[in-house]
Amino acid sequence: MDLQDSIWAIALSGMGLVTLGFLHVVSQAGRSADEEATRRSARTANALRRWLFGVLLVGFLGGTWATLHRFPIPAQSGDLGAPQVVDVVARMWSWEFKPESVHAGSAVEFRVSSADVNHGFAIYSPAGRIVAQTQAMPGYTNRLVHTFDEPGTYVVQCLEYCGIGHGPMKASFEVVAAQGS
Amino acid sequence: MAASTLYPVEERLGGGERAAFNLYMITSVVVFVTMMIVGLTMRMAQARWLEVAPNVFYQLLSLHGAGMVGTAALATTAVMWFFLRKYVRLHLWAFVANYALFMLGVVCIILAITVGGYGALWTFLYPLPVQGMGMWSPGASALFLCGYLLIGVGSLLFYLDAAAAIIKVHGNLGRALGVQWLLRGTIDPNHPKAVVASTMVIVSNSLGIIAGAVVLVMSLVNIFFPDVALDPLFVKTLTYWFGHQYINAAIYMAAIAVYELLPRYTGKPYPISRPFLWSWAVSTVFVIVVFPHHLLMDFAQPRWMSITGQVVSWTAGFPVFLVTAYGALTNLYRSGIRWTMPSRLLILGLFGWAAGIVPAIIDGTIRNNLVVHNTQWVPGHFHFYLLIGVLPLVLAVLYHVIGSRAGRAPAPPNSGADRLSFPLYLVGGLVFTFAFLDAGRLSVARRMAEHWDAWIFTDRMGSVGALLVVLAMLYFTVRLSLGLLGGASPGGSGAGAADAAR
Repeated sequence: MDLQDSIWAIALSGMGLVTLGFLHVVSQAGRSADEEATRRSARTANALRRWLFGVLLVGFLGGTWATLHRFPIPAQSGDLGAPQVVDVVARMWSWEFKPESVHAGSAVEFRVSSADVNHGFAIYSPAGRIVAQTQAMPGYTNRLVHTFDEPGTYVVQCLEYCGIGHGPMKASFEVVAAQGS
Repeated sequence: MAASTLYPVEERLGGGERAAFNLYMITSVVVFVTMMIVGLTMRMAQARWLEVAPNVFYQLLSLHGAGMVGTAALATTAVMWFFLRKYVRLHLWAFVANYALFMLGVVCIILAITVGGYGALWTFLYPLPVQGMGMWSPGASALFLCGYLLIGVGSLLFYLDAAAAIIKVHGNLGRALGVQWLLRGTIDPNHPKAVVASTMVIVSNSLGIIAGAVVLVMSLVNIFFPDVALDPLFVKTLTYWFGHQYINAAIYMAAIAVYELLPRYTGKPYPISRPFLWSWAVSTVFVIVVFPHHLLMDFAQPRWMSITGQVVSWTAGFPVFLVTAYGALTNLYRSGIRWTMPSRLLILGLFGWAAGIVPAIIDGTIRNNLVVHNTQWVPGHFHFYLLIGVLPLVLAVLYHVIGSRAGRAPAPPNSGADRLSFPLYLVGGLVFTFAFLDAGRLSVARRMAEHWDAWIFTDRMGSVGALLVVLAMLYFTVRLSLGLLGGASPGGSGAGAADAAR
């Protein structure tokens, strides 16, 4: 399962819970309650809100730790220790890679820059899903590290609008089987 | 605040006020539906149901982005003005000057796009405006940016007038926000929620607009003096600081409608509380500091800024879920409400805002952003809370206002055609936005004229949804424009018709 599928499942679950909450209240909205029932439901609502706050707080703390304890973006200075390095230059509207193929199974450091305007360096798997990306910004070199698990032809598509040639601004590179395999 | 009269006298619009409100709102609904048709055209082009040349596509995209963001701000400014003027003395000239400057700015933007061929989108990301590569000239970019400056000046003028009026009544902006009651003290039960929310918007969006003015002037200097090079990361940071706060201000201004109108339609009191004050106080900070989440894929951005962007993206959901949405639902629960168009649209708007935050939080998470940034996930989440959140709240206010103008027997509108258009809008909006989100799952790029073969299905689903929304919005536009132009003033013969909704 790709990360995108997990994201989709989380989004649908979260939005589904919000929807259920709204549907429940809307289904009850047409009924009137006397003063005592209103007081009772206000007490229940307050207790429920405290419980919901606790759940969201735990979700926030747990989610923050899970997603940030290993920072997902590599350090942008010093030696990153990747055995393969690819220099990438974006320009309106083409890509330049050196070298043009890499090996699967070991980390690749992409050093991405732009010769003119902002571009988006997005790597699409042979199945057509994004596996990683960074921005290509003039005057800066962004360092993206990715390990390809599967060999194949990967497509790089510009993901930051850069003028009339933005759509066709794509290229491909080869990921060959791991050395020694 | 107790549940009050449905159409209170103090909401009455005098002659000049009524003309100004009508100008704002009729302009808004007409531009909204026009920009929706532009959006439908682009989705149909991506779906290969229409032929649109790429240069025209990007001009349409620039028009759609600037038009929708600007109009969302225009309409919600009128919502804020409509309610805030009951509590503080706003000057009509400032409200009208904002409209006039907005329209002047719109003329600049339209000329830049249609005559000058400008196609660097509403985000004018440096240095693209000066690199048109034959599609547009630097002069067209300058005209576009001047249009933004005029709009920004108008907004600031309105906010300054509102800030002065609030300070006159409450002493300072902190007291208006209710910070004196955050930790202790008895909260004044008559402290208006509209004042709290308006103060938050004034503080945050004024900062955003000033940042926008700085980046606009820097970009203009670069256009006329190309030797003055700018730092692209700094410019992008300022651009998104401005852009994020500007569009978020629209959401918060629209939310005032929930606090003001919902208790009138449910007939239940919706009192001010400490959690409410906390939520608006922290939201003021959150909306100012959350913008780095737009630059998560700019790895040169300092790490602490990226972490701030993620953490604040998550925590920004707390006040919305736990206070605004939860409080409103508690108010609605077993209220015996009789559903009419204003109440229906209020709850839909609240739902769109709350549910739309979920995919926004997901996008604001660095790990996820690595695979969904600049895919159609992004327009998926912001269309969710603008199309299903902000716009229904604006429509709710308009339906409320035309209900108050219903001659001898003011009552919330609820005709058969209204009731038919509501589900059309809702279903269309859901199909349209989920097509975007699903496309994000499939890694479909946003802001692209030519789509890959594998992406066409979601483009076609999105087009169908957009068509339904356009049909519903065409009806709302005609219905509400005619309603605003006819009938008596709110608070007139029908003032006091508290039970009309129940």
